[in-house]
Amino acid sequence: MEAVLHNKDHGHAGADAHSESFIRKYIFSTDHKMIAKQFMVTAIIFLFIGGAFALFIRWQLAYPGEPIPVIGQMLPDTWVNDAGAVTAEWYTQLLTMHGSIMIFAVIIPLLVGTFGNFAIPLMIGADDMAFPFLNMVSFWLFPLAGVIMMAGFFMEGGMAAAGWTAYPPLSAIASYGQTLWIVSLFLIGFSSILGGVNYITTVLNMRAPGLKMFDLPMTVWAVFITAIIITIGTPVLASALAMLFMDNFLHTSFFQPENLIVPTRDMTRTAGGGQPLLWQHLFWFYSHPAVYIMILPGMGVVSDVISTFARKPLYGYRAMVFAIVAIAFLGIIVWGHHMFQSGMNPLLGTTFMVSTMVIAVPSAIKTFNWLGTMWRGKMEFTAPMLNAVAFVSMFVVGGLSGIFMASTPVDVFIHDTYFIVGHIHYVLFGGSLFAVFAGLHYWFPKMSGRMYSERLAKWHFWITFISFNGTFFPMHILGVGGMMRRIFDPTVYDFLKPFQPMNEFITINAMVLGFAQFLLVINFGYYWFYGRKAKRNPWRANSLEWQAPSPPPHGNFDRPLHVYRGPYEYSSPESVQDYLPQTTSPEELEEQRRHHERRLEQQNTAEPVN
Amino acid sequence: MTTAAATHSRFNTGIYHGKLGMWVFLASEIMFFTGFFGAFIVLRNLNIEVFTASAHQLDKVVATINTAVLISSSLTMALSHVALERGHEAKFRLFMALTLLFAFAFLGIKSYEYATKFSHDIYPWTNTFFASYFTMTGFHALHVIGGMIPMAWMLGKSLLKGYPRTMHHRVETLGLYWHFVDLVWIFLFPTLYLIF
Repeated sequence: MEAVLHNKDHGHAGADAHSESFIRKYIFSTDHKMIAKQFMVTAIIFLFIGGAFALFIRWQLAYPGEPIPVIGQMLPDTWVNDAGAVTAEWYTQLLTMHGSIMIFAVIIPLLVGTFGNFAIPLMIGADDMAFPFLNMVSFWLFPLAGVIMMAGFFMEGGMAAAGWTAYPPLSAIASYGQTLWIVSLFLIGFSSILGGVNYITTVLNMRAPGLKMFDLPMTVWAVFITAIIITIGTPVLASALAMLFMDNFLHTSFFQPENLIVPTRDMTRTAGGGQPLLWQHLFWFYSHPAVYIMILPGMGVVSDVISTFARKPLYGYRAMVFAIVAIAFLGIIVWGHHMFQSGMNPLLGTTFMVSTMVIAVPSAIKTFNWLGTMWRGKMEFTAPMLNAVAFVSMFVVGGLSGIFMASTPVDVFIHDTYFIVGHIHYVLFGGSLFAVFAGLHYWFPKMSGRMYSERLAKWHFWITFISFNGTFFPMHILGVGGMMRRIFDPTVYDFLKPFQPMNEFITINAMVLGFAQFLLVINFGYYWFYGRKAKRNPWRANSLEWQAPSPPPHGNFDRPLHVYRGPYEYSSPESVQDYLPQTTSPEELEEQRRHHERRLEQQNTAEPVN
Repeated sequence: MTTAAATHSRFNTGIYHGKLGMWVFLASEIMFFTGFFGAFIVLRNLNIEVFTASAHQLDKVVATINTAVLISSSLTMALSHVALERGHEAKFRLFMALTLLFAFAFLGIKSYEYATKFSHDIYPWTNTFFASYFTMTGFHALHVIGGMIPMAWMLGKSLLKGYPRTMHHRVETLGLYWHFVDLVWIFLFPTLYLIF
């Protein structure tokens, strides 16, 4: 059986899933499910690295100049001073690496790499991706890039320190850590593009018989649209990085203006004549769509989770699809709203302001449709559902604070303050990461073949949810109070001193938030191997992945599939159950109904009739 | 029970995976070079004198020859695909070898151009025009090399074991890429050499 499920075109013809060597199965695997798991594990490791960096930042902001507790003395001299407190040089590196790691090595690999790879072939009823080998290459570029990014630690001058946005001239004249950062991002970009090409081809070409585009689950739609943004946006970042690399390494002047004087670098070879703003345009042309790369798959996952656990059809399926398309399109044309304070023609600023605010319309469509889906549903508050509902509410907060930044007059005051830090974390943590948690719990039974601990998962959720709000909500107040986004020591300003208790409050919450994530790791790590065995369809869901065994073997499905309907037929009057899988044929349905009626009749005749 | 095999020979769009994937990849490649062209426009408007003076230092004659060489390689590429599709493997081999030869010639001429520039003390860091010139043509050359590797592989396989007719899809996909590389040069040539 397994042997037949194998495909000859895969380059490992004849291999049996059970007789594959360890290296083929766990390391250089071309199986989309294994690649998804590899993405997941690698990204979670990076999540803890990036999280540790964030806690160092928070420690410095709450207790400036005080030694880091417990491990302060153990850290290398280039990071901390003699007392064990964070140095200003290391602080800028921490800021840069926290942002870069969390965005490029955690959120994107988790949402796009993990869910894209795991869900797409299973949800469209295919045995694997269109290009399994490219898929493997796409994964392996990612840990390689991560290691290159971190390798700056061993270089003179430390890791990259020009912020995750790497604005030149600073990034163009920075030392080797920055050069490695550029190379690393270029590789991650290449990995993303290979993944994007793979997803698009797979969704367009490999759907099960009868599965129309408008019968696809929202997760597939969302990753598909995301893949389109990736293939359009990422190469622009790649070319910008190529030019920045030339500036940084070969002393060209794409982004370096005339007569730049830098004490730490020999500028005799640098001719000047470049335009620093050019980088910002190119960078944000990718990085604004990237924020949608980081939220759209989450929206897809959440739509599926909410519909499943509200036991109701997704409200306004087509509107949801077109809202994603609209968000993606608008997301590509609004990059300028990151540059309101960089020196921009006010008329152009207004254009970007209006187009940015228009994004509120499709976002509202999505939010109200989620509410409409939950409205009067038979809600089951499992861990995935709790995380999904948290996603919706946190996304609303993050979306509304975004409106402040989008309007140019307000942005003058809150630009580069902690308000933006609060906003981005409401969208990226409150939005994307809660969607990741929802998806990981939702597909855990399918990935591992076992059930996680619902009790641990709920503890994890509530601690995360409360400490998350405790961490990031006060940041809005700090920002409006004037605390700068990349400030090293807030106590040097008199007007920021009264905020110090709030900074301490945030730091304590951040520590709880960080350590709460170990609950997730314990839950998944333990129950992955020792959990209760999962059934095929533990959530009584409709989409195709639940028709495969848990966990699915190499080749995924053990019976041929035919799709008859969309994935959201919950509580349908046609069915005697409260769900109606996409693969149930009208004949089977009729059979079920007859069976059900017979049973009802038997019950009726058994009871005395008056 | 061959569900898996059925899935992989399933093409909902009617276009096989390689070709569809290549089109998507080329869309991505267009955006990659668009970044460079966009930067070129911005930098030119900032440094119009420098750009005009520098562009006149480029060798138009050599570049024209190179254009002819690359276009010829596109033709032989298309011919090699047609030959394999019709089952003429010897012809396929001949045209593939010619394509590879033209590609080598292109790179040779390009290196001659680079060498001449270096001998006149012109480097990427000389000014923003030459930074653009070396970056754009350099990345184009990398793409040429990227196309030559599968060409050499196909040719080698054909010489050693034979390349079956059923593989003509792969040649077509490579051809798509090769025409794209050609097209990038068709944009680079006037932008760098002719318009100033």
